[in-house]
Amino acid sequence: MKILVPVKRVSDPDNANKIKIPAGGAKIDTTGLEWKPNPFDEYAVEAALRLTENGATPKARGGEAIVVTFGPADTVTTLRSALATGADRAIRVDSADENLDGTLIAKSLKTLVEKEKPDLVLMGKQAVDGDSNQVGQMLAELLGWPMATFAATIKEEDGSLLVGREVDGGVLTLRVKLPAVVTVDLRIVAPTSVYSKQTAPTFKYNDGVRFAALPAIMSAKKKPLVEMKLTDLVPDTGLSIKYLSFEPPPARKAGVKVKSVSELVDKLVNEAKVL
Amino acid sequence: MANVLVVAEFSEGKLKKTTHSAITFAETVAKGTNGSFSILVLGGGAKAVSAELAGFGAAKVFVADDASLANYVAERYAPTVVATAKKGFDVVVTAAGAYGKDLMPRVAAALGAGYATDISFVKAEGGKLQYKRPMFAGNAYGWCEVTTPVQVVTVRQSEFAAAAPKGGNSPVEAVPVAPASAGADRVTFVSLDQVKNERPELTEASVVVSGGRALKERFKEVLDPLADTLSAAVGASRAACDAGYAPSDLQVGQTGKVVAPKLYFAIGISGAIQHLAGMKGSKVIVAINKDGEAPIFQVADYGLVADLFQAVPELVSEIKKQKSA
Repeated sequence: MKILVPVKRVSDPDNANKIKIPAGGAKIDTTGLEWKPNPFDEYAVEAALRLTENGATPKARGGEAIVVTFGPADTVTTLRSALATGADRAIRVDSADENLDGTLIAKSLKTLVEKEKPDLVLMGKQAVDGDSNQVGQMLAELLGWPMATFAATIKEEDGSLLVGREVDGGVLTLRVKLPAVVTVDLRIVAPTSVYSKQTAPTFKYNDGVRFAALPAIMSAKKKPLVEMKLTDLVPDTGLSIKYLSFEPPPARKAGVKVKSVSELVDKLVNEAKVL
Repeated sequence: MANVLVVAEFSEGKLKKTTHSAITFAETVAKGTNGSFSILVLGGGAKAVSAELAGFGAAKVFVADDASLANYVAERYAPTVVATAKKGFDVVVTAAGAYGKDLMPRVAAALGAGYATDISFVKAEGGKLQYKRPMFAGNAYGWCEVTTPVQVVTVRQSEFAAAAPKGGNSPVEAVPVAPASAGADRVTFVSLDQVKNERPELTEASVVVSGGRALKERFKEVLDPLADTLSAAVGASRAACDAGYAPSDLQVGQTGKVVAPKLYFAIGISGAIQHLAGMKGSKVIVAINKDGEAPIFQVADYGLVADLFQAVPELVSEIKKQKSA
């Protein structure tokens, strides 16, 4: 199977409370914050690797995983780290971050998919900076492909995937014939979440994403990485959403500490009046 | 002037509460721009909720009820939403749940419309709509404009009060199901395994009892009695889900469900940013944690530093006493 995995780097989500919004709020100041791969995209890379290998012998690749990112020159780091964990080659589409939005990325990916002809586009359900959750669905519509979003499990069958989706109040299972678009949710990296046809159904992965060993980090530097311009993919690079300003969330003031359970119940009944 | 189309959501013959929030958004936009709003409900059995939807003062209620829509599949639902939107609507809205988040980006792409998600506030400024939406796990709010003629949006249920029926009588119009999207023949609904639950749904509950990793294997044993006593929904932190103490569909947080109940209990939850992003909108927050320095106490209205294995059972019996008093 040939899989295209769009990835994005985001400002460190574990320190998202440290982002600064300067007076006036014209833009968000991320200075001092580290860039990290979007967690959901790391899960998508892991899922793509699992679908293109026999879990028991991961070094022998049994398919191709191509990572693609949109961004300035420094985003090569994100691609190299995906290559180090096992992805086969990478594409960087050059653009300044502020000149991109979800619609434009979906349109660009459509052209790229038509060039690369993957069997599957596998991506995170959302990037944790913009928190939009949109590109996979838009891409599927533009391509006229079926989709399965918020995947918790993926099982490869002959020419199709059986996907368990996280929905409100349960799991909805879909069967999608390839080619298709699948976006992944948190549980996709659990030990028995993803099975390629090459992997024995009894095999169990380690929980979470795999980490790159030092030799793999070195050899990742030799893996193919091509660069292109955004205009190579879309003639019209206009944006459909415009940010006017930003503001911090309303502060929630800390309340009181109560000394006992009975004091707590008393406050909930008589002060907050919620019981 | 903006005409808004609300895509209603229902389950087992009942309108979902999330729809009421989307209606409130639509009323706000219609009022602010001298426009109007209509409602579309689609799916197998949609007719059953059309009478209820006619009571919200909408210009029209469109109904697409067809066997081909028996089970929700975006590729089969999106074209009918698109066709209805083309009857002169400027804004298409639904609540930002799993349904809206799956369906609406496809609708936006098909309409060539810009898409803004998780809107928490809307204002009409010089004839243009400006939306406020949370970003960076709720650590910033962005004000944005969608620059395309037609706009597709999803709204946060917790930020728009539920619209109450006004007793109006909107005309109900049946609309045909539009031909399915390309690719629809390559996707098949297999099953929907709903977690059978006597409790209210997490995003719709007025009381939520959430537990963290500190509960370990005793998650259910400790929290269920409290949830039962309060008729509350049960939630969990990401850490508790990751550790396997709670199923991941209970996860409250930036990457899970966003809740804003009247009363929220955070039990054995330290208060990671990612969790706070999912519950900061709650009216009253109670935190019980052994660690008095835990960040959850910075957002809690009432904090109790205690061993939860003792405090929660005590809380259950105190609440029962209160209720029988």
